[in-house]
Amino acid sequence: MGIDIKFPIGLMFSILGAVLAIYGFITRSNPEVYQKSLDININLFTGLIMLGFGLMMLLISLLQRKKENGRKQSETGNG
Amino acid sequence: MDTEIHFTLGWIDWAIMGIYVVFTLGIGFILRRYMKSSHQFLMAGKSIPAWITGLAFISTNLGALEVIGMAASGAKYGWATCHFYWVGAIPAMIFLGLFMMPFYYGSKARSVPEYLKFRFDEKTRGFNAFSFAIMTVLASGISMYALAVLMETLIGWDFTMSIIISAVIVLVYTYLGGLTSAIYNEVLQFFLIVVGFLPLVFLGLKGIGGWEELKIRLADVALNSDHSYAAGAYTETWRHMHSSQANPMGVEWFGMVMGLGFVLSFGYWCTNFLVVQRAMAANSMLAARRTPLIGAMPKMFLPFLVILPGMIALALTTLPDSGFELPLKNGDYDYDKVIPMMLGHYFPTGVLGLGLTALMASFMSGMAGNVTAFNTVWTYDIYQSYLAPGKSDNHYLWMGRMATIAGVVVSIGAAYVAKLFNNVMDFLQLVFAFINAPLFATFLLGMFWKRATGHGAFYGLLSGTTAAAIHHGLTAPYNATTLIKGGWLVGSVDKVLYSYPSEMAQNFWTAIFAFTTCFVVTIVISLATKQKKSEEELKGLVYSLTPRPKEKDVIWYQRPAFLAVIVAVIAIILNIIYW
Repeated sequence: MGIDIKFPIGLMFSILGAVLAIYGFITRSNPEVYQKSLDININLFTGLIMLGFGLMMLLISLLQRKKENGRKQSETGNG
Repeated sequence: MDTEIHFTLGWIDWAIMGIYVVFTLGIGFILRRYMKSSHQFLMAGKSIPAWITGLAFISTNLGALEVIGMAASGAKYGWATCHFYWVGAIPAMIFLGLFMMPFYYGSKARSVPEYLKFRFDEKTRGFNAFSFAIMTVLASGISMYALAVLMETLIGWDFTMSIIISAVIVLVYTYLGGLTSAIYNEVLQFFLIVVGFLPLVFLGLKGIGGWEELKIRLADVALNSDHSYAAGAYTETWRHMHSSQANPMGVEWFGMVMGLGFVLSFGYWCTNFLVVQRAMAANSMLAARRTPLIGAMPKMFLPFLVILPGMIALALTTLPDSGFELPLKNGDYDYDKVIPMMLGHYFPTGVLGLGLTALMASFMSGMAGNVTAFNTVWTYDIYQSYLAPGKSDNHYLWMGRMATIAGVVVSIGAAYVAKLFNNVMDFLQLVFAFINAPLFATFLLGMFWKRATGHGAFYGLLSGTTAAAIHHGLTAPYNATTLIKGGWLVGSVDKVLYSYPSEMAQNFWTAIFAFTTCFVVTIVISLATKQKKSEEELKGLVYSLTPRPKEKDVIWYQRPAFLAVIVAVIAIILNIIYW
């Protein structure tokens, strides 16, 4: 039906990941924030992982769409 | 030490929650224009690919109560909680995909109760439809209550506010996009739950010093407990199952394998429309059969995500300088606080918002599952069957939407009832456990024995439910104090016929008794009554009268049997590694 769920998932994870990673980057020299997370910048790490996952989903979604468009075009071309 | 938890959220935490809500509602809005018939609204037009239904299949079960409850069990019973996955869920999911899905998907049934009507008769369907409809809305009310209480204590949100906001979000996206919207959101929510809890497991393991260190800490706990368990009682799954006295669960292997692994798990995963509906929304028979098998792959690894934090919390509590302590409740640890306590302990602002969003997402996936299962059973099995048959499809689409609203409203009511009378909810959950326990026997006989009759099925179910209630009324866990835990038939928990070492053991054996009774009674009454359905009518509903699904054109690695073998092998390996 209608939508390819990989696209909204990819978009949401990319945005969330970017926001979290940027926030982690800004707060990197603030040791008080990361005292809880054992001095690991967990925001930056988690953000980057989410961003990577989101971009991967977006890429797969876009590649599939391109392929399907190509198939549709060749079908109409033949028919 | 200060064990009161209260989170202070920063703008970043609110931003993360906000972005999630925008996407979850957005999916509903985009799908709105496709909802033109009741078939699309209530059954997703049977058009969804297997990987999506597969993830939705496990996501809808991964509600807030499961996430909080599994972590609580991890702290209470240790790693043996994995049995709920590796002995419980996985074999049942394999069985559903290989053997039962062809009947659900291949028959014209639009729901599990409707299958019962085709296979048996109207009264069996009615019994199942009504009990299921009531059960689902109450279940979503209970989890809404749990979430609101959590949000109230954690972030200081008003109870009513939390309930209204979470209910309205779920209502909007299920009302607009129906089952499709629920399923798509469940996939999104699944990934969010994983990414929200993964940092918690990572930091927790790092904090305690890794799995080996966790084992050493929990060996201490086991050796020093009142029951003086063996050192590995909290970190090994099978080794201490030889006696119910040797493990914190208080169950022995036979009760666990039969009660949990066979009766309860097969009953839940194979006959509960909540999960089966996801597979029935798949775009082909092959996809429907692969749904539970694809879902089983990530499902096997969920213990590392949801049970492990509980064990880490228990270990941290025994470390004097960890700065972490589980709060107490009535002299024992308040296990339900494991997840929020751990989030507060390890998560700085930022991932804290992510963790809370994951918790919200898990709540919504569970509630949307309940609501979409309810509106289908209500519309097709109750409204169309008994109240208003023969109306136009537009009318039923309208009714499906109204049932969505009604389901949410009744859930909200149930949440308030739960708030007022905690025992009423315990009681209702008990009644539904009695109704569920024998169900798998009915389906097993219905699908694999063509001689099983409608009368046999109906009275089998009734007597199975009665047997469960009687067993529960005559027994009790050894430390029970109220009649809600058992012994109500003899008037006191001290006068029971048998005292179980734990509530879990009692539950497993209640299920075993209910199943056996239903199984035997269904056979006896079926043999004594006439089969009213002809072989032609039973085609596609019973194993021996149904042609095997054709798989000749399917590449070998996409076949359900191949997937099933892979899943089974990995599950066995996990059982052996953590023996």
